[in-house]
Amino acid sequence: MSKLYSGAEIVFKCMEDQNVDHIFGYPGGAVLPIYDELQNFKSIKHVLVRHEQGAGHAAEGYARSSGKPGVILVTSGPGATNVVTALTDAYMDSIPLVCISGQVPTHLIGTDAFQECDTTGITRPCTKHNWLVKDINDLAETIHKAFEVATTGRPGPVLVDIPKDIQFQKTKYKKPKNENKLNGKSHNHFNQNSIDQLIDLMSKSSKPIFYTGGGVINSGPKASELLRELVYATGFPITSTLQGLGSFPGDDNQFLGMLGMHGTYEANNAMHDCDLMINIGARFDDRITGKIDEFSPNSKKVHIDIDPSSINKNVKVDLAIVGDVKTVLSSILKSLKQKKSKFLKSNKQKTSKWWEKIQKWRSVRSLDYIGSEETIKPQYAIERLYELTKDKDSYITTEVGQHQMWAAQHYKFNKPNRWMTSGGLGTMGYGLPAAVGVQVAHPKKLVIDIAGEASVLMTIQEMSTAVQYNLPIKIFILNNQYMGMVRQWQELLHDKNYSESYTAALPDFVKLAEAYNCVGIRAKTPEELDDKIIEMLNIDRPVIFDCMVDKVENCFPMIPSGKPHNQMILGPKDQENKKITGKGKSLV
Amino acid sequence: MPNSKSAYSFSNKKEKFDTHIIVVWVDNEAGVLARVVGLFSGRGYNIESLAVAQVDEKLKISRITIVTTGTPQVVNQIKLQLKKLVPVHKVADFKREDKAVIFKEMALFKIVGPNNKLERALKACKKYNPVLLDKTKKSNVIQITALRREIDKMSKDLKKFGLVSVSRTGAVAMTRGADIFK
Repeated sequence: MSKLYSGAEIVFKCMEDQNVDHIFGYPGGAVLPIYDELQNFKSIKHVLVRHEQGAGHAAEGYARSSGKPGVILVTSGPGATNVVTALTDAYMDSIPLVCISGQVPTHLIGTDAFQECDTTGITRPCTKHNWLVKDINDLAETIHKAFEVATTGRPGPVLVDIPKDIQFQKTKYKKPKNENKLNGKSHNHFNQNSIDQLIDLMSKSSKPIFYTGGGVINSGPKASELLRELVYATGFPITSTLQGLGSFPGDDNQFLGMLGMHGTYEANNAMHDCDLMINIGARFDDRITGKIDEFSPNSKKVHIDIDPSSINKNVKVDLAIVGDVKTVLSSILKSLKQKKSKFLKSNKQKTSKWWEKIQKWRSVRSLDYIGSEETIKPQYAIERLYELTKDKDSYITTEVGQHQMWAAQHYKFNKPNRWMTSGGLGTMGYGLPAAVGVQVAHPKKLVIDIAGEASVLMTIQEMSTAVQYNLPIKIFILNNQYMGMVRQWQELLHDKNYSESYTAALPDFVKLAEAYNCVGIRAKTPEELDDKIIEMLNIDRPVIFDCMVDKVENCFPMIPSGKPHNQMILGPKDQENKKITGKGKSLV
Repeated sequence: MPNSKSAYSFSNKKEKFDTHIIVVWVDNEAGVLARVVGLFSGRGYNIESLAVAQVDEKLKISRITIVTTGTPQVVNQIKLQLKKLVPVHKVADFKREDKAVIFKEMALFKIVGPNNKLERALKACKKYNPVLLDKTKKSNVIQITALRREIDKMSKDLKKFGLVSVSRTGAVAMTRGADIFK
C-alpha cells in the first residue's frame, strides 16, 4: 500500500514535481497546515513578502524574467483579496501564475466565518480558471492541472482554493499525467496555405512593417531569435509594443522604437502609412491604435496570435494565423528560404522609398527634449542610467506613469525577459515587488526598478522583503513630487486644474532607506548624477535612489486621445497647436 | 476599416444587431454557470434568455442555451471567449431566423376566473399545444410551448381571460433532420 500524504504535503509534492523552486507568500490561519510542512521540502524556498499584492507582483517579476510560472501562497479572506490586483495584472499581461489560497474549513464555507470570502467567486473574472478543492482526492490532480492551464496556450494566472480541513486530510499522491490535451484550449494549428499567403503579401508590399508584442516574449527566447532572423531576412522595419521591448534589439537600425500613445513619431507614422502590417503577438490595444476608425487605413493586416479571441477583436484583419509565435515564425522562415531565398535583395529596391520616408520621420527626433543644466530632466536621468548600465545585462522593472514611458523610450533593450512592466492593467506599485521577484530568479544580476515617487509608495513595504533576503535591488525613483501622468493629463485636458495630483507630504526617501536598513542616495543636479548612479551600482545591497527631477516635465511625443497615429503632439511647443477638444476630452 | 468595439474610441457607424442562439456544452461542475454568465456581464454582452440542464449523466455534461443580441463581431467574440473557458467543450451558434434549427420556449399560465373565461383562455392557446396541468372550479394552469414572441403575445392576450401568473423558460434549441450541432 502506498503512503498517505496530507493535503498540505500534497501541495508541496505537486510543487516539487512542477519544478517550483521559489514561492512568494504570507502565512495566515487558513494556510497554517501548509506552512507547517514547508520545512520538510528543502528544494522549495519561501519568500516572505509584506503584503499579498507584493507576493503577486513578485511572482510576476519572477515569471517574466525566468519564463517559469510564478507561485503564490496566501491565506483566506484578506490574503486572497489582497492578491486580486496582481492576478488581474497577470491576466491582462498574460503572465503565468499559480496562486494557492487557504480557505476556511468546508463545513464553515457559507457561514460568514472568520476570514472567509468567496475567493473563487472574486477571482473568477481575473484568472484563466480557478478551483475550490472540496475533496482531498482531487487535490493533486487539480494542482497539476492548474500549472498546465497557467502555462499553456496564452499564459495567465490560475488559483486553487484549499479549505483548511482538506489540508489536514490524507490520501495517496498522484503524479502529473503527461498528456497535453487541455480540452482543446491550446491552439497551434495553422496551415501552410496561410503562411504562403503571408509570404505573398510580403513580397508584394512596398511599405511593410512588423508590429510585435508581448506574445514574442511569452513564446520563449527562441521566438525572439527567430524574429530577429525574419526581420533581417526581410529588411522590413519593426516596431514594438511596450510589452514586446527586448524581443528585437532596441539599438538596431531596423527598429523604429516603441509605438502607441507615447511611441516614436517614426513608428506611429509608419503604422499609419504602411501597406502591410504584420502583427506578431500583439493585440491591437487601444493605447496602440489611437482612434480606431482611422487606424492604419490603407494597409493589409496580418495577425499572428495564440489566442483566437484576439483576432478581429479590436481591428479586423485580412489574414489571421492562430498559433504559437515560435512555431509560426519558424514556418515562415522555412518557407521564405525555400521560395524566396533572395528576398532581401529583391525587396530592397521595393522598400527603398519607404525607408527614405521613415528616415524623414526619424529626423524629427521625436524623443528629444530640452535639456537643462540646473535640474535633472527625467529623460536625461534614464539616458544616463542606460549608458552606465548597458553593459551589465540588467533587468528593468517599472511602476506606472511618466517614468514608465520615459524608461520605455530611452532605455534600450537587447534581450527578451529583461523588461518587466505593468502594461494592460497599469498597476502603480508593480515595480518594486516585481524587482524582488526578478532578483530572486536572478540573484547575481543587476535589477533596477525605475519608479515614480507616487507609485513606489504603494508597495514600498517590500523594501523590507528585499533586505530580509539580501536582494540588492535598486529603486531608481524619478521624483517630481507629482503623480506625473495625472498632472500631464490635467494640464492637457482639464485646464491645468491639478486636482489632488501633488503629494504635499512625501517621505525623505534617503531616511526611509535607512529605516529599512538599506542604502539611500539622493541626486539633485545633472552634474552629480553620473557619480551617484555609479555609487548606486557599486553597492551590493538594496538601494533607494531619490533622483530629484524637473517637476513639470511632460512625456512626449504623445497621441492625444481620440486622434489617429499621424496626429501626434511632438513636444511642449506643439502642444499649443493641437489642443484636445470636444469628444477627445472624455476619453481616457 | 470596419469599426471596432473599443471602449476608448467613439464610433460613428451603427452596425446591425442580430439575435443569436448560442449553445454551449460544459462540464457540470460547481461555478460553471457563473463563469458563462459572468463572461457575458463582464464583457457587456446581453443575455435575453437562458436555459440550462445536465444532458449527459455519465459524462456530467450540461447544455446551456443562451439567446443573445449583438453585431456579428460581438457574437463572434462571445463564441471565441466562451471557447476559452476551461470547462467548455463545444460552442454552437446560429441566428434566430435559421430555418434548420427548431427552438422552443415553454410557459405556464395561471388563469383565475369563471368557467367561460377559463375555456376561452384554453381555446386561445390552441395553436401552441396547450396542456391543462391543473384545474379547479375557479382556475386553470395551462402549459404551452411556442416561440418567444408567441408567448409574449399570449401573455398579453390572456389578461382579459383572467391571467394572474406567468412562468416561462428560456429557449432550447435542436437542429432539424439527422444533423446535430457541430
